[in-house]
Formats: sequence, structure tokens, C-alpha cells
Amino acid sequence: MEIETETTNNVMCLLTDPEGNPLGAPMYFPQNAGPQQLSQIVNKLLNNEEKLPYAFYISDHELLVPLGSYLEKHKVSVEKVLSIVYQPQAVFRIRPVNRCSATIAGHTEAVLSVAFSPDGRQLASGSGDTTVRLWDLNTQTPMFKCTGHKNWVLCIAWSADGKHLVSGSKAGELQCWDPQTGKPSGNPLSGHKKWITGISWEPVHLNAPCRRFVSASKDGDARIWDVSLRKCVICLSGHTLAVTCVKWGGDGVIYTGSQDCTIKVWETTQGKLIRELKGHGHWVNSLALSTEYALRTGAFDHTGKQYSSPEEMKKAALERYNKIKGNAPERLVSGSDDFTMFLWEPAVSKQPKTRMTGHQQLVNHVYFSPDGQWVASASFDKSIKLWNGTTGKFVAVFRGHVGPVYQIRFELIYCFRYPSNFYCVVDMSCCMSLYSWSADSRLLLSGSKDSTLKVWDIRTQKLKQDLPGHADEVFAVDWSPDGEKVASGGKDRVLKLWMG
Amino acid sequence: MPQGDYIELHRKRNGYRLDHFERKRKKEAREVHKRSEIAQKALGIKGKMFAKKRYAEKALMKKTLAMHEESSSRRKVDDEVQEGAVPAYLLDRENTTRAKVLSNTIKQKRKEKAGKWEVPLPKVRPVAEDEMFKVIRSGKRRTKQWKRMVTKATFVGPGFTRKPPKYERFIRPSGLRFTKAHVTHPELKCTFNLEIIGVKKNPNGPMYTSLGVITKGTIIEVNVSELGLVTPAGKVVWGKYAQVTNNPENDGCINAVLLV
Repeated sequence: MEIETETTNNVMCLLTDPEGNPLGAPMYFPQNAGPQQLSQIVNKLLNNEEKLPYAFYISDHELLVPLGSYLEKHKVSVEKVLSIVYQPQAVFRIRPVNRCSATIAGHTEAVLSVAFSPDGRQLASGSGDTTVRLWDLNTQTPMFKCTGHKNWVLCIAWSADGKHLVSGSKAGELQCWDPQTGKPSGNPLSGHKKWITGISWEPVHLNAPCRRFVSASKDGDARIWDVSLRKCVICLSGHTLAVTCVKWGGDGVIYTGSQDCTIKVWETTQGKLIRELKGHGHWVNSLALSTEYALRTGAFDHTGKQYSSPEEMKKAALERYNKIKGNAPERLVSGSDDFTMFLWEPAVSKQPKTRMTGHQQLVNHVYFSPDGQWVASASFDKSIKLWNGTTGKFVAVFRGHVGPVYQIRFELIYCFRYPSNFYCVVDMSCCMSLYSWSADSRLLLSGSKDSTLKVWDIRTQKLKQDLPGHADEVFAVDWSPDGEKVASGGKDRVLKLWMG
Repeated sequence: MPQGDYIELHRKRNGYRLDHFERKRKKEAREVHKRSEIAQKALGIKGKMFAKKRYAEKALMKKTLAMHEESSSRRKVDDEVQEGAVPAYLLDRENTTRAKVLSNTIKQKRKEKAGKWEVPLPKVRPVAEDEMFKVIRSGKRRTKQWKRMVTKATFVGPGFTRKPPKYERFIRPSGLRFTKAHVTHPELKCTFNLEIIGVKKNPNGPMYTSLGVITKGTIIEVNVSELGLVTPAGKVVWGKYAQVTNNPENDGCINAVLLV
């Protein structure tokens, strides 16, 4: 290439995309080339009509300085071929949440779970006062108070089409609610003998409208329920101890993690056990799927488009799912009481891909970033660790909490490609279905026992924002699917909404 | 060998009699009849005693049966909605410290009052100088009387070094020095053995405060970091005040109540 000059030193580089496919042959770059020059080259090589900004990573560290100074700083040999990973960047950013916009009292006991609806318009919370409450996000006031449970409402889950809300209680019964009216639809579903530990809906791209969901319980069973038949369809029994979490994967299988140290993979039509993933030495606490974001939001995207028929919705959801999944198989991360995590590819093999060690206390929660690029883990050792989502390599540690970290969430932003060559800050609400997008995230939210929420910047790997305000432990946090709002609830019985 | 052991030994060697179990069963089966015969025949005080014993036996039997039966009332205990709800991921972790309960209640309490704290012991007995200090005679002829020894418990900071004896006016005996206090949280009703950070105020006078004298009613500062209290901003609370409730010089320990 003509950029080769006599005055500067060159270094042999290989550009690869995040999946590891090389972009062209290895070539010589001058050492004074920075991310800007590299993105020009990538745009040229990919024949992009519109110029996109790219971020570059060398062995998971973002390249922010010219190549030469990077090499000096990290003492990388210039003899070897340097492999640089390029990632398309978001064109605009939403203002990160930095203030508490509302503190809504209402619950008379600790708030145990909060969840935004998949379209981001509604918010539900379950509490120790045995009620589920639906909140009006526009006026930031309580909308409905749903009574019917006999004991603490431990978990709530929205169906991916946003038409149902299911809550599970400590008494072991599940209740389905109509989010439009706040009325229970039918009697409580009973079958579990002990409290409910997790609920997961069938992805909308497999079956629209949403009818089935799976619940996990302390009694060691997971049950698949049908909302329209109003009964338990299949009981998945096999775990010898309490099932701690359940996920309905995008490939139509159910993953359950249990206190008997195993993860089981179930087939959903007859409830047969397909795989058993062994490896952990203690309870499995939490599972996360690389496609979880797509499964959660279903067909809803930034455009706020409403779908007229279920088929249409199913098609749109499938499109989104495939886009987020890419051509790699679905990945699963499990966090455990033995202080480690495993990265699995359950569709490929029953051996773990990698073991992620480093935490000094049990791992309470794991979460994938929306694009599946990062994995974050929250631990009782007061730290959050960030890992590469494909390889499972350790990337960074976030310290700052003074108590165990209970819950984490990734922020979601969309990266848009614009038809022309300019970038601008665009309001999320304006209709941009014309443009192609990809999900991205730059921020990580964590709620802790020390009564604060903290927002971490993945790029700089530092604390971005400290959000104090809760008077006691924060039990549940959720970032709305459009990335604009954060809701949190805890022991101090109030629900807080945070905005940018 | 005791008499009863011979049968054991014999059984060990030769086994049971062939009809042993048959006989045993029959004997047990006859037992009830025998008992009823006695019950019917026994008169007077013996009858009363027998009836009483039998009644107690029967009550016990009923109790044990009820204990082993699958009870329908067990449900009720489970269904009761308890205070202090925790999310599903904490339900199996009983052993987590509940120290955090305090922080919330403390804050609420503070909000309610929004004023100065009331101390648990509002009035203390004034301590005279004679009682507090013992005069020490010094000098070659023991005629100088400017030295004082503190006769009460004291707190001496970890960085303290003595002055040369010539200039040391107050002696704080090392036998009466304390570094730890038993501090009770009034709402939690539990006591922790906490390190003393300093003496905040001795009600008998500023001199005693600066000397670190701890008497009944003294406010001390204690290190509460192990209780896991957190400020609203999410920082760990380190020091908190507590009031001494006993006479440390008499008891050999310091008991205090945390001020919230």
C-alpha cells in the first residue's frame, strides 16, 4: 500500500472481525497510525459506502493511541503479526443515567424484583408485602396494585410480547396478570411445593403469541406452564436439589441450574433431558445466555413499532434473534458458589469452553452484554469482573462497592448506520426503522448491599457514576430495554427511577 | 460377670432359642389383657396410682402419634407472611449477617428525631478529684506531691509514648487501660466486642476527656466497621459513639450502648 513510507517504522498487522475472520491478508501499517487511520482502512477494505467509526482491540484492550506508542507501552514484539480486532461503534450515545428522577413509595415491604416490559413502556415490581405493582412511567406514579399472592412475591417476568406478566411467590404459586388492567387472569397456578426461584418465558420467535413459560422452584423441579390452558404442561424433574435459575434458550431448549452443582438442558416438547453440564463444585447460582437480550425484548426495538398479528411479530423477532446471535452457537455462562464461572456452548459440546476464575467469593449474578461481547459477573467479594464473552478471558475488574454486589445489568444502545456521512444525536423515539442497527453497550449497572447503585464505563474500565439514594440494600435493578431508564428497588421499600 | 450378661453371652454363642420370638410375641400380646385385669382389680390408692400412670402414658402416646402424623396445620406456619423479605437468591443464605438491619433503622430514627441525641444515661454521679486521682509522692525525701495517678479506667491511644518521669504529671496505670468495649445495639439487642477509637466526652470535665478517662456515662467512639453499616452515599461507617453504662474500674470491662 502507498501509506508505507521510509521515515516511519512499520508493523505487520492482521485485521480481524470479532468472530476472528481475517480481513484481507496481513499488512504493514505505519507505527504512527491511530484508531482514526485504521478505521479509514477498514471502511475502505469493507467497501462501506458510509464511513463508520470503529473501535480497535488488541488482545481485548482497546487501542486509543497510535500503534507505535501502544507497542512501546505494552512491549509487544514487532517481529510478530499483530492481530487487531475491529468492532463497529455506536454512532450516538444516550446520556447515561445520573440522577434519581423519582422515588415512589407504595410497597410496604422490601421490593424483591423489578422488571421493565419488553417494549420499555411499563414497569412492574414484586415485593415482600405480597403484592405486585405496576407503575406508570410517564407520571411516575403507581398504576395498579395487584393482590392475590399469599406470600412474598419473589420473581416477576414479562412475556416477550408484553401481553402477560407472571409472578411467583414464596408460597410456591404462580399468578398471571393482565398488565393493561392489573387484574389477575384466572386463579393462581399451583404445583410447586416450595418457593419459586425463577421464571422464563418461551421466546417469541419460537412461538407467537407467547403461551408457555417455565418456572423453577426450591423443591427441585422446573415446570412448564401454559397460560391459555392455565395448567402445568410438563414437569421437568431430575435435579436433586433446589433449582436456582432457569432460562428458555433461543434454540428451543431450557437450561436449568441447580444447587446439586449441575446444569441440565431440557427439550421442551416432551420434557426430555438432553444434556447435563457438569463442572461446578458447588451450587450454580445464575445462568446467562448470549442471546438473552433478543429473547427478552422479542420483536420490540427502538422504533416502538406495534405488530398487528402474532405471525408478523414472530418473523420480526426471529430476524432480530438471528442478527444478535450471528453465526456462532448460543453461549451460556454459569456462575457458582465455588467462586468460578464456566462458559459453555451447550449446542456443541457438554464440556465447558473455559473456566473463569478470579473471584474471591461466590458469584451471585452473571450477565451477558446485549451483543454477547462481554460477560459481567457480580460477586459477594464486592467486585464486578468483566470477561470476554466469546473466549472467556478476563478483561477488567470494577471495585468500589463496599458490600456484596447483588445484581448487574448492561445498558443497551443501538448502533445505527446512517445513509449519509454524518453522525448526529438522535432521539430514541424517532422512527429509524430504515437504518440497520446492532446492539451495543458501554455501561454496566450494579446494585449492591451497600445501598448504592453504580454505573461503570466498560471503555475506560472505571466508575462512571455513583448513584446513592437508597436507604438500605438494593435487591433488584433493571435497565429499560431502550436504555433510557433504570429502576431499582430494595429493602427500604421504595422504588427509584433513574434517568439521564 | 453380672448375672444378666450370661444370657447375652449365651445368645452370642448359640443364638436365640428357637421359639424365642414366638414366645416374645405371645407375651406382648398377652400384656394388654394382663394390664386390663390389673386395672379392673386394683382398688383404692393403687387403683388411683395405676390410672394416673396409665393416663400419662396414653397422653404421651397421643402426642408422639400426632408428632409423626403428616399435619395439616404445618402449612399455616409456612403461609404466614414474615417480616424482612429477601429476594430468591438470598433465601438459602441464612447465615448472612443481619447487621445491615441497623443501618436502615438508624437512618429512620435519625429522620424522626432530626435533633440532638438523647443519651441513655442523662445524669451521672459527679466524681471528685480526690476519687479520680491518687497523689503520688516523689523526690528523694518523698516530699514532692505533684504527681497524680488516675484511679479510673482509661483509654490510651496506640501511638502513645510516655514522657520522661520527671515531666509526667499524670500516670495512667497500664492495668486499667482498655482497648475494647462491649457495645450493645439497643434496637438489635445484640452486643459486639468493638475496638475503642477514642474518648469523645467525659461528663466530669474536659481534662478527663483529654486524659482519656472512662467512667460511667462517658461517651466513647468505637470502631463499627465490622457491623457493615453504610452511609446514604454508600461509604462504610467507621466510627460511632457509644455511652458507657457500667463502672469500668469496678468491673474490669467496659459495657456501652451505641447511640443511634
